[in-house]
Amino acid sequence: MYLLRLALASLANRRFTAFLTAFAIALSVCLLLAVERVRTEARASFASTISGTDLIVGARSGSVNLLLYSVFRIGNATNNIRWDSFQHYAKDPRVKWAIPISLGDSHRGYRVMGTTTDYFSHYQYGRKQHLELSQGREFASDPFEVVLGAEVADALHYKLGDKLVLAHGVAAISLVKHDDKPFTVVGVLKRTGTPVDRTLHISLGGMEAIHIDWHNGVPARGAGRISAEQARTMDLQPAAITAFMLGLNNKIATFSLQREINEYRNEPLLAILPGVALQELWSLMGTAEQALFVVSLFVVLTGLIGMLTAILTSLNERRREMAILRSVGARPWHIAGLLVLEALALAVTGIAAGLGLLYAGIALAEGYVQANYGLYLPLALPSAHEWTLLAIILGAALLMGSVPAWRAYRQSLADGLSIHL
Amino acid sequence: MSQALIELQGLVFAWPGQAPLLDIPAFRLEAGEALFLKGPSGSGKTTLLGLLGGVNRPGQGRIQLLGQDLALLGQGARDRFRVDHTGYIFQQFNLLPFLSVRENVELPCRFSRSRAERAIQRHGSVDQAASELLAHLGLGDPALLARRADSLSIGQQQRVAAARALIGQPELVIADEPTSALDADTREAFIRLLFDECRAAGSSLLFVSHDQSLAPLFDRHLSLAELNRAAKPREA
Repeated sequence: MYLLRLALASLANRRFTAFLTAFAIALSVCLLLAVERVRTEARASFASTISGTDLIVGARSGSVNLLLYSVFRIGNATNNIRWDSFQHYAKDPRVKWAIPISLGDSHRGYRVMGTTTDYFSHYQYGRKQHLELSQGREFASDPFEVVLGAEVADALHYKLGDKLVLAHGVAAISLVKHDDKPFTVVGVLKRTGTPVDRTLHISLGGMEAIHIDWHNGVPARGAGRISAEQARTMDLQPAAITAFMLGLNNKIATFSLQREINEYRNEPLLAILPGVALQELWSLMGTAEQALFVVSLFVVLTGLIGMLTAILTSLNERRREMAILRSVGARPWHIAGLLVLEALALAVTGIAAGLGLLYAGIALAEGYVQANYGLYLPLALPSAHEWTLLAIILGAALLMGSVPAWRAYRQSLADGLSIHL
Repeated sequence: MSQALIELQGLVFAWPGQAPLLDIPAFRLEAGEALFLKGPSGSGKTTLLGLLGGVNRPGQGRIQLLGQDLALLGQGARDRFRVDHTGYIFQQFNLLPFLSVRENVELPCRFSRSRAERAIQRHGSVDQAASELLAHLGLGDPALLARRADSLSIGQQQRVAAARALIGQPELVIADEPTSALDADTREAFIRLLFDECRAAGSSLLFVSHDQSLAPLFDRHLSLAELNRAAKPREA
């Protein structure tokens, strides 16, 4: 115990260097833990982008591709699927609910999704949470109503009753706009932290209406044009959609229905299990995540090497201190113990301060990160995994501390009591 | 013949690969004696003190402290033996600057149980021992005891070092040029204080210095050059 007191007093005597050393360790520990937390949370929130959906069905392509465009609004469908295919499965007795999705348009870089009100009642994300409206209502019978995702409303400052014009295609700047048929904002969804926030939701009828006078990918001209008023009176039943989501009555039927859909004779379809596809997709991104982890490990190593350097550099100017201790009876192993304790004190301080920084950072950034990245970072106690990491850091510090300890041991044996330096 | 405190016989010591630095056929320091050992720098003085402290081991010959042959003790036991029976005062910067004056004085009691026990036996507690020793050495101000050691003047620091060497009444106090950083007036006063305290503690004093002018103050004085057969003839 007295050795610890001596080690701390000696450190306090070099408080500036000691502070910087501990601070470097603190920063590196904070970074490592932050990366770990974000990594764990990102994986969890990624996996909870969609939940409660048993199958996603689209035109035959790759499962990651289907997942990307149907859930993440990234990329495009290679092909549409026929409305009657959707009807066929929507009416299947094993199916509890079915949500059709029609994609392909955008508004100022945000994707537009045509769907039905079933989307609002059945789509789930996270821990089986349903979508909720923060203002207004779901779109109703009028085809030109739009419900905005939270981020769309925030970023573009839309409020209820505002009119907006959709653009054809998904490019950020689209030259072709559906400006003859403006939509009215009737509702805004609460934030979910999922791609839903970045989506504009319209009815399938609305999607059909804006394309009703289009032929071969271009709008009709002159007399061929159909006004919004005319469109309202027409039959807006779509002939094709992009994909659909299914919720089943009994999960056991998932695999058999998936196989059936994949073997559907009337049209080439692909059914995927969202969880499996998410795993596949995450494994693609896993490399980047691993790299981040490795980088932060190296930062911790750098912090510890900084400590090693600081202690080793101090050894020479502390020969006198060691000799005095030897002359009052400290044995060489006392000297070595002193240096190990010093390293330990620096590492423990660094780790504690790193945890402090992490929690301060989380407390400050929690709301912002949740709102902007959909990452939920709780102010939770370190997990078992994090404790393990901290223990490993401490072990590494101890190992590093034994290097100067060994040198001081040798040095104090050689120097003896002589302090005529 | 009473037992000598230090007894050297046929001591020969050489650093590896060098000619012998020390060759001392015989040397005795009696209990309670204050001996002045004159040794210019480079005369092997530090090496001799290292041998007496059990830090270095002689190539030949025998070193006995209190009748104990140091060669028979292991490294750890020699270290323990040294702190139990010897107090050291060095030239200057003797103290750990980051500890208080009091903590510096009490250091030997932290590492030697027998020194701590003797301090408690005589003064009641280690704290009390430190206070009384410092008061005897003219450092009685309690506020001063709590100050950092490096905030004291050199003269005060050397007195703190003396108190540290004397705490727990070691049989032997080795002083290696303790006065070289002091001016002439304080030098003599310091040595007299040291004598008084050594006498009070019953400690022998081995005082090593190059400063011949201090020699008359001591019971006995010797020159290392005379003792040491390996000493080179001094150049004119």
